[in-house]
Amino acid sequence: MATAASNPSRSEVPALGPERPVIWPRRYRQRLKNGLEVVLVEVKTIPKFTAELYFRRGNAAADLPGLAEMTATVARTGTSRRTSRQVEESLRRWGADLSTGAGADTSAIGFGGLSEFSKPIMELAAEIAREAAFPADQFERERRQKKEELRIDRATPGFLAGERIRKVLFGAHPYANYAPSDAQVEAYTLEALVAFYRANYRPSGALLLAVGDFDAEKMLAEIESVFGDWTGAPREVAQPAAPPPARGRQVHLVHVPGAVQSEILIGNMAITRLHPDWLRLALANNIFGGAFNSRLVMNIREQKGYTYSPHSGVNALRQYGFFTVNAAVRNDVVAATLAETFYELDRMRALPVSDAELADALQYITGVFSLGLGTQGGIAGQLSVVLLNGLPEDYLETYRERVRALTAADVLEAARKYFDSAHAQIVIAGDRTVIGEQAALFGDVDTYDPQGNRI
Amino acid sequence: MEMRTLKNGLRVVVSPERTAPLVTVGVYYNIGFRLEPQGRSGFAHLFEHMMFQGSENAGKMVHIKLINSSGGVLNGSTHYDVTNYYEAVPSNALARVLWLEADRMRTLKVDDENLRNQRDVVKEEVRVNVLNQPYGGFPWLDLPPVAFRNWANAHNFYGDFADLDAASLNDVRQFFATYYVPSNAVLVILGDVDVDEAFRLAQQYFEDIPDGKAPVQADVTEPAQTAERRGTVPEKFGTLPAVAIGYRAPARRTPDWYAMMLLDQTLHGGRAGRIYRKLVLEQQLAVEASGDTGDLFDYNGPVQVVTKIIYKPEVTADQLMAAYDAIIEDVRKNGIGAEELDEVKVKFRSDYFSALEGGRGSGFPRFGLMHYLACFTLFDGDPKLVNTIPDGLNSVTLAQVKTVAEKYLAPSQRSIVFRLPAQQEAA
Repeated sequence: MATAASNPSRSEVPALGPERPVIWPRRYRQRLKNGLEVVLVEVKTIPKFTAELYFRRGNAAADLPGLAEMTATVARTGTSRRTSRQVEESLRRWGADLSTGAGADTSAIGFGGLSEFSKPIMELAAEIAREAAFPADQFERERRQKKEELRIDRATPGFLAGERIRKVLFGAHPYANYAPSDAQVEAYTLEALVAFYRANYRPSGALLLAVGDFDAEKMLAEIESVFGDWTGAPREVAQPAAPPPARGRQVHLVHVPGAVQSEILIGNMAITRLHPDWLRLALANNIFGGAFNSRLVMNIREQKGYTYSPHSGVNALRQYGFFTVNAAVRNDVVAATLAETFYELDRMRALPVSDAELADALQYITGVFSLGLGTQGGIAGQLSVVLLNGLPEDYLETYRERVRALTAADVLEAARKYFDSAHAQIVIAGDRTVIGEQAALFGDVDTYDPQGNRI
Repeated sequence: MEMRTLKNGLRVVVSPERTAPLVTVGVYYNIGFRLEPQGRSGFAHLFEHMMFQGSENAGKMVHIKLINSSGGVLNGSTHYDVTNYYEAVPSNALARVLWLEADRMRTLKVDDENLRNQRDVVKEEVRVNVLNQPYGGFPWLDLPPVAFRNWANAHNFYGDFADLDAASLNDVRQFFATYYVPSNAVLVILGDVDVDEAFRLAQQYFEDIPDGKAPVQADVTEPAQTAERRGTVPEKFGTLPAVAIGYRAPARRTPDWYAMMLLDQTLHGGRAGRIYRKLVLEQQLAVEASGDTGDLFDYNGPVQVVTKIIYKPEVTADQLMAAYDAIIEDVRKNGIGAEELDEVKVKFRSDYFSALEGGRGSGFPRFGLMHYLACFTLFDGDPKLVNTIPDGLNSVTLAQVKTVAEKYLAPSQRSIVFRLPAQQEAA
């Protein structure tokens, strides 16, 4: 048997080989006469395709919180040609999946399946986009269902923390509405759903992105035949109220009686993807807590064992973005976790990162950016970010070189601007009788019940 | 795809696909939580964490740091019968990934502090996924103790905290020496790689790892079940009642098994599935209803076809079970329709393609293919069996589905666990 001394490969980390070029596949782009933007990408990893039809109006554009989501949910429950059961069994027959949903900024119909059935799948997606029947009984069922689902959500610590941080950061802006209350769901009407659907499920300005094993020209012809005679533009949306200005650090505790762990979620307002600081902040976030190999993970997981999956991230919505740090920790180390987290945030603001740490992070960010190349869904995911945010056409191709141009000074600048620990808002979902004293060490404490009432 | 066996017994499977400059690497060991020692529940999973804590030439955090700083991602997971460690990286990092995996297959270098640290991390993992979540662990931790009699199949796979506390560094060393030997493992390399180069690198880094002794596999067989089994678990946070029903599944890769997979799709295939359609959409007794037979082919012992249902508080358990039983008795008595069978075959084929291409989110190319190649190699000695799945499913007949429904969905073959809210919601 070879020994370490006689076998240099045993103790030396192999160097990286020469990089193979990352080549993003060609995009076929066409705007139909009705204003529908179509982007097609041929990716033949498997004999399937995946597609998404996006309308640029979501829950933030609706009159009641979650109304866009409920509209999307009911839209799949029947069309002018098919009952709910026929919709679902048709999909199965074509090896297809279909989802409807709405986030803050978009409503979307996602669909895909075997390439050989692309035409009928597309036709069904078009029926849901254009001729949803909104059956009254399905609406009533979905509304009752939503209320039951919310009961489960509001017993879930991660959900409760996520809901509270949005309220704290966004105030009167509609981004504050993470989910509807029971009373708001009760106030939905079929008329309001149909009105939202008619006003916002329109082709002008909408985006249809399809990635998969197809011939782009043939696919475009199918899309023309299915969507070409559709018309209209979405209604204008009034400018929403501005979020509140940054305020001093404060604790917002959601009381979960009997919780055996505390869900911590720290947040600050940040930026959108169009902001010139976006890449700087992405890099700083990565070094702080975005990657497994980050300072936050190293500290509170690998050194201290406080938590399983600490993580930080920049959440970009269309109009505003926000930065969050999350960790579910055992109850007796809530204060210790906050102390370490603020220490790491402030260290990012106080000292430049080393050259080695910077080089590792640049390599990580550029590498994982390309992992999406391996699957149809990965390519669709990257492209949807580019297209929905109106990023430059060559964004994917130039990403690596733009990231690699970043410096330690960029990281420091981003940390100083956005890791604003003095104005951080601290949300904790946990049992106040157990962790209340620890929480109060970090600021005034407002306490809420899981329904959102001050207690 | 090609398989070769190194001198120390390590099997190496290579499947090239050179469109994108990415490789996926998986090292699978034929040890899962069924075989962890008695008195050490949760140990196989705790051990998986220890494999990231340091090896001879790559100390604590070095594995993670080297993979991340090569532009890649990594993880590990513990299953019933296998534990895996896997990476997706730009293809220029292949040698580095193999070096790291070989280093920790050769020597685990961990200390008491590492063990204490990961024990704490694992406890928070259990809290975040089970103890502090509504319906946490439902039903994957709730059913086995009711359904099975052999400790290997019936114990708490995530681990009782007392057992996690009792785990010692000596246990770690012994487990490593027993199960983490080359002949009990398979290395899978997929993606942007030349086949000969892949085997050459595998040989260079792995072949001189001492071969060790192949472990004796413990007995995981279950005595035949003759009557329905029932249990109840309190639900601490959720306010809706829930129930899980598990039926003993046929042995894998048998004609019955293929028929059961399609029957499973008929019952549980999303919103078109009979159970969701009847209980949620039509009768509106339930809020959620889903089910499956676990992951395709990745187990090598007793497993169940499981339905899980969260239902409305105004519905009684008897009402819910009567509605459920009507669905089951219908397929047992009448089988399924010819069109229905055709549809689920198409859907299964489509899902199968997606499972191979990704299978663990789009950021991990070919995870599913890696998983099946590894499991077929460890359990059956032949990765190419992955190609027999589509034909096996296509050949299933209506008569087979009905026979399988009658035989396996009999009440005497099932176990039922109710998860009932400990306190009713305040009005």
